[in-house]
Amino acid sequence: MTPALDHLAILPIVLPLAVGALMLLFDERRRRLKMTLSLATVFALLAIAVTMVVMVGLPSSDRWSTLIVYPLGNWPPPFGIVLVVDRLAALMLLMTAVLGCTTLLFALARWHTAGPRFHTLFLLLLTGLNGAFLTGDLFNLFVFFEILLAASYGLVLHGSGTARVRAGLHYIPINLVASSLFLVGVAVIYGVTGTLNMADLSRIVPTLPPESRTLMEAGAAVLGIAFLVKAGMWPLSFWLPTTYAAACAPVAAMFAIMTKVGIYVILRLFLLCFGDEAGASEDFGAAWLYYGGMATLLFGGIGVLASQSMQRLGGYSVLISSGTLLAAIGTGNSAVISGALYYLVASTFAISAYFLLVELIERGQAAGADVLAVTLEIFGDPEEDIEDEDEEVGVAIPATIAVLGGGFVACTAVLAGLPPLSGFIGKFAMLSALLNEAGEIPFYHWLFVALLMLSGLATLIAMTRNGIRTLWVPAETDIPRVRAIEAIPVGVLLLLCAVMTFAGGPTMRYMEATAQILYWPSEYARDVLGSQPAGHSTSDSRSSGHGPSGPNPTGATP
Amino acid sequence: MEIVLSIGIGLFTASGVWLLLRPRTYQVIIGLSLLSYAVNLFIFAMAGGGLRVDGPPILAPGGVGDPAKIADPIPQALVLTAIVIGFAMTALFLVVLLAARGRTGTDHVDGREPD
Repeated sequence: MTPALDHLAILPIVLPLAVGALMLLFDERRRRLKMTLSLATVFALLAIAVTMVVMVGLPSSDRWSTLIVYPLGNWPPPFGIVLVVDRLAALMLLMTAVLGCTTLLFALARWHTAGPRFHTLFLLLLTGLNGAFLTGDLFNLFVFFEILLAASYGLVLHGSGTARVRAGLHYIPINLVASSLFLVGVAVIYGVTGTLNMADLSRIVPTLPPESRTLMEAGAAVLGIAFLVKAGMWPLSFWLPTTYAAACAPVAAMFAIMTKVGIYVILRLFLLCFGDEAGASEDFGAAWLYYGGMATLLFGGIGVLASQSMQRLGGYSVLISSGTLLAAIGTGNSAVISGALYYLVASTFAISAYFLLVELIERGQAAGADVLAVTLEIFGDPEEDIEDEDEEVGVAIPATIAVLGGGFVACTAVLAGLPPLSGFIGKFAMLSALLNEAGEIPFYHWLFVALLMLSGLATLIAMTRNGIRTLWVPAETDIPRVRAIEAIPVGVLLLLCAVMTFAGGPTMRYMEATAQILYWPSEYARDVLGSQPAGHSTSDSRSSGHGPSGPNPTGATP
Repeated sequence: MEIVLSIGIGLFTASGVWLLLRPRTYQVIIGLSLLSYAVNLFIFAMAGGGLRVDGPPILAPGGVGDPAKIADPIPQALVLTAIVIGFAMTALFLVVLLAARGRTGTDHVDGREPD
């Protein structure tokens, strides 16, 4: 690694934090400056994330995967705090950066003026997200969770309005209680194991005596509840559709990744502490994740069918996505998890695109007028000319509606899991891995298969119904005026879904390698704890690889 | 001492949960505060294998001292961070609570009085 790349691991946290803090110094009226600064930051984050994905995926002669360990303050782990970039973290960083770029572009069209301090809050949200993905110890995870939650409280209320304040009144206390549970879990785990470092934890858990094992598992369960509230597992998810429906479009689109933070942490901690190498604690909680995930899937499917507004439909799609992922983690099969990771990326992009799209489609409708009170210009006079034109061409579908409708169809295809787009490949990968397990397929796997199919069907029905109602009815509503800067982000997100399909092979191989690494916590622990602090003459960060003795990526699942 | 502390944590938690489930926003915020006190005490109670009295916070002068007797600094750091974050969040929630009171004209947590 060249010295310039040494400090790359800390940049995704420091950069948005510093720029966000800097922007507090400028007056609200200097919009152009703020726009430039935030755009530069999110694109820099994207470049950093791409570099990281390339770096951790680099196969060199003696290693097949790289892990970047960055000890903050140069204290040796497990005493100091470490940042760890592995394939999963790099993937999540990249997803965050892509969503950051697209939603910020969308917001710049007009939403960023709807309330104060949008840019600072947005960048703080990115800081919290990146930190949560990068950190290697539990307590920093708590700190970064609080940063991202604090920013999200502000963003939920962005644009003001009674509906948003009401939603915030539920969203905030629930997350505060979840944070209390988080602390309780962390305290119990620290009391039992004496460490907060995740890698160290994965080493200690298998060696725990039976009397403290129960306490450790209780702590992990309390901690798990805190994450499941974020991930939106039924019955901890009643706040989610309302909040997502009330938030303004770019915020809701960014929140698509917030539930994935919960999923990410569960995936990481579950496999580190209760994976195949955990001895007596192996698979602790797997059944809860599996059946809880299926219950969420069912709840989300019913919710999708029952929702009237398109935003609520999006909220329930988030639940379906979460439920699928949780159940997939609960299967404890690395091939299922690689499919789930693929599905995670595809569904997050599609849900994000959906929230942006819905705002564009509903823009012409008077129903949204009260929410959009701050930016009334699009309901102004220039609309009348367009309406006249529309009268002349008769029943022909206006170009804008055609483009929006095309995007809507693509979103539907990904979310419902229809071929040819990436939602199908993700679901197919999960199902084929599930049904190709050795031995007879148990009943509960068939249940998962059935629920996955039915939730896809429910999504398809609900979205088709909504699409017909809003896009095909030549109502008296105005044709929404869409600026290029608003259409491009949606297009980019959907294009990425399509690219994931065409480049399905390489993408899937990355996901498979990611899932397989997750199944060797001892390798992870060895790399993290084995990294020694650097001297003054050498670099601060170390990259260590899985040696030739390490497992082969093409080998069978252990 | 253990019994006093555990009763204290239990009382805080019980009152906090009860208040959290009440319909008025002010009760909810007090409930959240009580709950966070309980959690902070709980962190101390859990860490370092139980409660310890008179543990020196720093090493003895002129020597290393007995490391087994020194108070564990990590839970103190955790509690301090948790207090700061909890304080900020309470302040933030208070603002939202006032905004909700102003916008909806009621202090019910649902933003409207039950029929």
